[in-house]
Amino acid sequence: MNKFKQLFAIALSTASLAFAGGAMAQSAPAAPAQAAAEAPDVLVKRISLEVLNAAKADKEIQAGNQRRVLDLVEAKILPHVDFQRMTALAAGRFWRQATPEQQTQLANEFRTLLVFTYSGALTQVKDQQLEFKPMRGTVADNEVEVRSQVVQARGEPIQLGYRLEKLPSGWKIYDINVLGAWLVETYKGNFAAEIGKSGVDGLIKVLAEKNKKLAANAGGKVAKSS
Amino acid sequence: MKTHLRSGALATLLAVAALSGCATATNPKDPFEGFNRAMFSFNDAVDKVAVKPAATVYSNVVPGFVQTGIGNFFGNLGDVWTMVNNLLQGKVVDGLSDMMRVAVNSTLGLGGVLDIGSEAGMAKHKEDFGQTLGRWGVKGGPYVVLPIFGSFTLRDTVAFPLDFKADPWGYKKPVRWRNVGTVVRLVDQRAAVLGASNLLEEAALDKYEFVRDAYLQRRTSQIYDGESGPKGKSSLNQGNQDDDWAYTRQEAEAAETSAAASAATAAAAAATEPRDQSGVEPAIRTKPADAAAKKDAQQQVPGSKLQQPVVLPVSSVSTDQTLMAEAKPSSDL
Repeated sequence: MNKFKQLFAIALSTASLAFAGGAMAQSAPAAPAQAAAEAPDVLVKRISLEVLNAAKADKEIQAGNQRRVLDLVEAKILPHVDFQRMTALAAGRFWRQATPEQQTQLANEFRTLLVFTYSGALTQVKDQQLEFKPMRGTVADNEVEVRSQVVQARGEPIQLGYRLEKLPSGWKIYDINVLGAWLVETYKGNFAAEIGKSGVDGLIKVLAEKNKKLAANAGGKVAKSS
Repeated sequence: MKTHLRSGALATLLAVAALSGCATATNPKDPFEGFNRAMFSFNDAVDKVAVKPAATVYSNVVPGFVQTGIGNFFGNLGDVWTMVNNLLQGKVVDGLSDMMRVAVNSTLGLGGVLDIGSEAGMAKHKEDFGQTLGRWGVKGGPYVVLPIFGSFTLRDTVAFPLDFKADPWGYKKPVRWRNVGTVVRLVDQRAAVLGASNLLEEAALDKYEFVRDAYLQRRTSQIYDGESGPKGKSSLNQGNQDDDWAYTRQEAEAAETSAAASAATAAAAAATEPRDQSGVEPAIRTKPADAAAKKDAQQQVPGSKLQQPVVLPVSSVSTDQTLMAEAKPSSDL
């Protein structure tokens, strides 16, 4: 029953794991030069494997230590994600109607929500293996799609895809595909509905309240930022 | 049990058809939203009260290898129908691989309990008749939520009874074992995703819409085996069609321009005589892009749209970086 719903949820968690990882080397000041030189598929592969291994190896993460998970996400994933663009795409035509302040707030809240979601998922990694398929696009392009799948001990493989854009600071992920569904496209409906009800400020408020609740659920181990 | 469910599905179809008249269609993909939402809450309630608790007990009590065996066993039964559908779709290589898979797992794998086929490199590809219809060109149609079974498109709702009928377990005798098996299968499938099911709750603003929009995308992707459309249509290009990002960058520049313009106006109003550019310099960030924008601004009505902006790579980059820097919260979570 509702199998897809649950599958999607588990895949979401795996996805976070799969790409959560590898920014450790990247967080150094020398990162941009290194990242720029790295091909997008190589980058995603490295991040994915590093995250997967980090999550598997860390007993505290397995035990559900929220603080550690958030740290891992902050350090490893975030430097490689363009949240501004992700939010702009999810907001669609409403993004243009928002003031710069609203845009910044919206991107911040969306970012926090995604970080919480992914962090919650990181504790789920156990025996998964990663496989990579040929990349769509070439390094010469400004936008590419990297495709992979997570092979589990039981059940079907979970497809994971990433859209990346070339920025001066290196390749950045701006959309993720889990089980055939793009994150941005999936949030679009949610965003549009909230904005339709109570405007951009309404959406920001809903996101902020959700984040507050998630922070509280994390057991007070997490201090809400900004 | 089987006929029960089938007539249930048919009744649902009729109900959906009846409801379609009075439903207020807000989303073209989802004209039965009122009905669907009711079913969605119903399914959620059933899960909360019965299925999830049962799955929790199951996963706590039954040893892991037994769970895997049960999952494999029912998976193997499903592979028979997958094989048929792959062949119906003309995917002969996949179909033959499925046939070998079932043969190997049913014999060496002790009736499907061990998934030797996967280890031998014969991957599982789940295919149902709805996918076959989709491959044949039948459009998905509106989104439908069925009681207990969850998300479907109208096409798949029509195809579903056939999937049901094609399931070998539906012919298991005696009937009481069939029923026990059906329940175990359901509970096992639910248990497989127990740990992650809260995630959806966390991620979604409106769970119903979130599941719907993800499901419809996933279905298309399944039909075209990982693509977002028929072969040749790159999903990358598709995603870029409604890419507002380039526009956003221009907007950001336009906003700076109008800000600079109003600053200039304010400065001009404050002083009785027009000041030169340096007078407003501290009010705005010093960037090559700003200087250029400011020049434009002085000849323009404040707040007007930037005239066909020529976004140089350098200026767009600097705007982008500024936005990124502003977007980043000062402290960590």
